[in-house]
Order: sequence, then structure tokens, then C-alpha cells
Amino acid sequence: MRDFDYHWASSLDEARRLGAEEGAAFLAGGQTLLRDLKHHRRTPTSLVKISGVLPREIDLRDGGITIGAGATHAEIAVSEVVRERLPALAGLAGHIGDPAVRHRATLGGAVVAHEVAGDYPPACLALGATVHTTDRDLAAAEFFAGPGRTALEPGEIVTAVTFPVPAKAAYVKFLNPAARYAMAGVFVALAADGRPRLAVAAARADGAFRWREAEAALAATFVGDALREVRMPLDGLAEDLFADAAYRGRLAEVLARRAVSLANGAAPGVAVFSHGSPLRVGVAR
Amino acid sequence: MPDVSMTVNGRAVRGTVEGRTLLVEYLREHLHLTGTHVGCDTTQCGACVVHVDGLAVKSCTMLALECKGSAVTTIEGLAPHGAPLHPMQVAFGEHHALQCGYCTSGMVMMAVDIARRLGEADEATIRDELKGNICRCTGYHNIVKAIVAGATAMAAERE
Repeated sequence: MRDFDYHWASSLDEARRLGAEEGAAFLAGGQTLLRDLKHHRRTPTSLVKISGVLPREIDLRDGGITIGAGATHAEIAVSEVVRERLPALAGLAGHIGDPAVRHRATLGGAVVAHEVAGDYPPACLALGATVHTTDRDLAAAEFFAGPGRTALEPGEIVTAVTFPVPAKAAYVKFLNPAARYAMAGVFVALAADGRPRLAVAAARADGAFRWREAEAALAATFVGDALREVRMPLDGLAEDLFADAAYRGRLAEVLARRAVSLANGAAPGVAVFSHGSPLRVGVAR
Repeated sequence: MPDVSMTVNGRAVRGTVEGRTLLVEYLREHLHLTGTHVGCDTTQCGACVVHVDGLAVKSCTMLALECKGSAVTTIEGLAPHGAPLHPMQVAFGEHHALQCGYCTSGMVMMAVDIARRLGEADEATIRDELKGNICRCTGYHNIVKAIVAGATAMAAERE
């Protein structure tokens, strides 16, 4: 890892000023950034530590749950309000990485990292989330701008994300057998106004996306079988040694049906599958 | 170089480090607390798990400077020097939960964290919680048994 200057920001204003400087990067929980620094994928000349100045409250108001960007995955997973009103999101947070990673990694860091296999991007897209920054409010679809990229300007900091509470939602993912991140993940939500949204993670090389054909089929009837004839276009699907495009596409189709069934079930939340059997079904602890 | 100060195993420590110095490097190379291991350096294996402000973290994926003002506990600090071992350490011994021992300090620190958060968790939960701790010798069975026993002993101690 190359060395860098380290600044502990004492206010959001100070963080914005330091972060806008040439070669600066923001450090929240560091669970993605430190990996990238070790691999020389990023070589900032200064890090601005912002954990201390990011909000981390979780509030329910006006039909949405607003979560401070500094909240860790572990905090979101055990939040009473998230577990009760949006169990799919609590379960999603509780199945990212492992417990030690979840103690450090933050919601803000995860959305800014915008990893292709990240779990939060499909949740943001399917729930119609709003990303709040120090400068503006952005719809999730505007915020995410290709893998690893966002609409953030230099010095701009994500402060919170608001997730509208849906009528139903579920997240289902299938794990890479080695690294245990998603090989494909599907977040489905039936919004309070009755509109279905379905977003897929890890399947396309250019990041999470809404699967409009599936949404159209679900608009008629919100049941898993409505997706039986809907095929994932193979164009643009990610390929690696674990899954070619045809396998990944098929995986996304199957996960989509299961996600809808889970959302309609008695205990909606999250289901995590790996080769062989389900690892965990239900809301994380 | 920047100054760093924190509490490690109940003792206030201070020194100077590079910005890029990882917590595990600070513990091992500056403080000579070599019980914390580095297995992968990529946040996967869990050999480097320590507690920061009471929570299990991977010390290969945290900068020493991020611990400013924090309380860090390593495997050396789990039981005070000369005192009886921590119940989880005893359980690992009794259940033969280690062979080569490389993963053990991280496993024990994770196990204590699991027991603190979840109390007496069932085996399936413990296996799920060990997702980020890799052991290449034991096949995990005895580790899981030890954590069940250690968590029970910790619960009994609390009562």
C-alpha cells in the first residue's frame, strides 16, 4: 500500500474541504477502500476519515426509513424499525460479508463503492431509494453511474439514504462458492402504491439494473409464476470462471421467482443460497 | 509521521506510525503482540480478528490511526497475564478445537464476540457467524462444539 496523509475530519464542512483537494479520498468503514488501496486499484495521496461526522441514526418518517450513512451493516441488521418495517433490508445488511466486516462497513461506504456484486444497489433501485448528500438529494437511479462510479462530485459526501417502506419486499442471492459475495442477487419490492420493482445485482458487468420485462409481468400479478416465461437477455451479462452468461441469466430468472414468492410469504426477508442448499432464510439476527 | 494513541489490553499506548500502517502491523510489529496473526491480508480468513471498542473486527482491514482513542483487545488481553484462561479459551482446549493453531486466536476472538452478541446460539447460527474465519485443519466441528460450550460457560459466569 502506498503511504498517504491521514486527516480525521472534525466536521462535515472540514471533510468537504479536505475531500475536494486533488488526490483525496474519503474513508468511512474502509472495508472496500482498504482492499483497493492494498491492490493499488486506488492510490489517493490523502485519506479523510469521516466516520466521526457522518449521521448514523435510523428514523421512520413519512412512509420511509432514513438511515444515516455512517450506520454500519451490523447496526442496520439489528435495528428494530428496519426489522419490523423492511425486513428484507435488515436481512440484506445482516448477510453482507461476515460479522467482523459488518461491524466496520457502513451504508454510505457501500453505496459509494457501488460494487457490481454489492447488495445495497439493487435494494436502492427496487425500493426507489433517495440518496442524500451534503449538496443534494438524488434518486438511486441517478446516483449510481456504472460500476464503481456514482454521480458524486469531488468533496461531496453521502449523508443518508431514505428507503420508502414497501407493501412487500424480499432479497434473494446466490453466493460465489469461493469469495461468498453474490454471483447473482435479486431484490423485489411491491411499492406502497402497488407498483412492482425488481432489480438484479452481480449479473451484468455494468452493475445492478432494474429488469423491466420482469416488472411488467409482475404488474399483472405479483406472484413468482408470473415470471415463468420471462427470459433474462444474455447480452451484457458478466462471465467468469464460476458462471458463464447463460448460467448467470438462468440463475437470475430462478432467483427472481423465489424472491417474489418470498416477498409473498409469511416471513418475508432474505434468502441466501449457495451450491447445494439454502444457508439462511429469514431476517438476520 | 502521525501520532497514534489507544488502549491495548487495558494499557495506554502511544507512538508514531505511517498513515498506511494497518492495525495488525501496529499490534505485531510495534507492540510485539504476535498472538494476532495474518493469514490472508484480504479480509477473508479472520486470523487477525481483535476487538475494537468491544466489537470483533479484522485488524488487517483497519488502519492503526483509525483506532485513535479506542480500546483494543487482542488474544493476549482476553485473560490477564497469570490469571486463569478465559472460558472460551478453556473450551477450545477441552474440545480440541485447534490443530496447527494458526487460526485459533482469531477464532477465539470471534467466538467471544458471537457469545456476547447472541448468547447461547445454536450450531447452525455459529457456523453462519464463522463465515469470515477460515480453518484449514479441523473441519470446524470441534470449533463449533467449543463455541457452544464456551458460550454456555460465559452465560453461567454472567449469572
